[in-house]
Amino acid sequence: MNKEPGMTLIVKTVTRLTVGIILMYGIYIVLHGHLSPGGGFAGGVIIALSFVHLMLAYGKEAALKKISLPVASVLESIGAIMFISIAFLGLLGGYFFFHTLGTGEPFSLFSAYTVLFSNISISLKVGCGLFLVLVSIALAGKEKKK
Amino acid sequence: MMDINLILILMIFGSIIAIETKDILSCVVVVGVVGLFQSLAFLVLKAPDLAIVQLVVEILSLVILLRVILRKEAPEPQHHPDYFPMVVGISLAALVLLFVYPIIHELPEFGYPIMRVAKEYIETGMKATGATNLVSAVILDFRAYDTLGEAVVLFTAVCGALIVLRKTGRKKSGESETEA
Repeated sequence: MNKEPGMTLIVKTVTRLTVGIILMYGIYIVLHGHLSPGGGFAGGVIIALSFVHLMLAYGKEAALKKISLPVASVLESIGAIMFISIAFLGLLGGYFFFHTLGTGEPFSLFSAYTVLFSNISISLKVGCGLFLVLVSIALAGKEKKK
Repeated sequence: MMDINLILILMIFGSIIAIETKDILSCVVVVGVVGLFQSLAFLVLKAPDLAIVQLVVEILSLVILLRVILRKEAPEPQHHPDYFPMVVGISLAALVLLFVYPIIHELPEFGYPIMRVAKEYIETGMKATGATNLVSAVILDFRAYDTLGEAVVLFTAVCGALIVLRKTGRKKSGESETEA
């Protein structure tokens, strides 16, 4: 058996070709969440899945080299703080979560700014949170086996 | 509405197979198939947002389940043929169906009467928020409180998972393991 962690050469080659496409598709789903089906939650899970894809094919260290645990946890907290601050920005217009950022022109990418920024913050939260859970499950299993 | 009936029948068959099969790996695979049919059902019922979320979360949970299954040798399930719960369940389902059957035809058509709240959202949603995807407009603008609660639930779940599965800070004071 080969010494290096991860799966076989076929899986690694296919992963190298597809992982970027999956990540870009997740970002597309997030950014177009106010125009087409999708949104922050689905896009965040797809972004997490691209890193999980990398983790399954190349081993945990390759995925942790791309985005380490402290960075992921800080990004998740940034997502939560962003969502709360969007909610408090609404107080300028009178209500919690009021859309004070303007609506923009419908059917264009930069419209409905409240929804757009909420989608981005939720995708950060969901993606980094699920990635953290999966990595911690993998690390805990590894420790127990020793 | 023929498609949704076919999908539901296939889902019920898949669930029965998942319960009754002996091999735990094929059980997990069949559970994944049931989830994919669930996603198709959402698509047929014209909820593409939900279909995407269902598909993606199903794949994620399938990855976790497969990792757990492939790593650990699961004990062989002991199969005791016990027919009493099955008979009780089937008879209860038949009883409920007997009473519900006359009402089924009285139900309104799917999505036909637009409720007052939904009507308000549909009419003013695009103008007020600027988002052309009304589902996003509702969950992130009109009902963003619910999304905030959902985000708090997810945050709590991630915190709980990280606390339970953490690697450092678990050693007793006497031990001197250097492995972090």
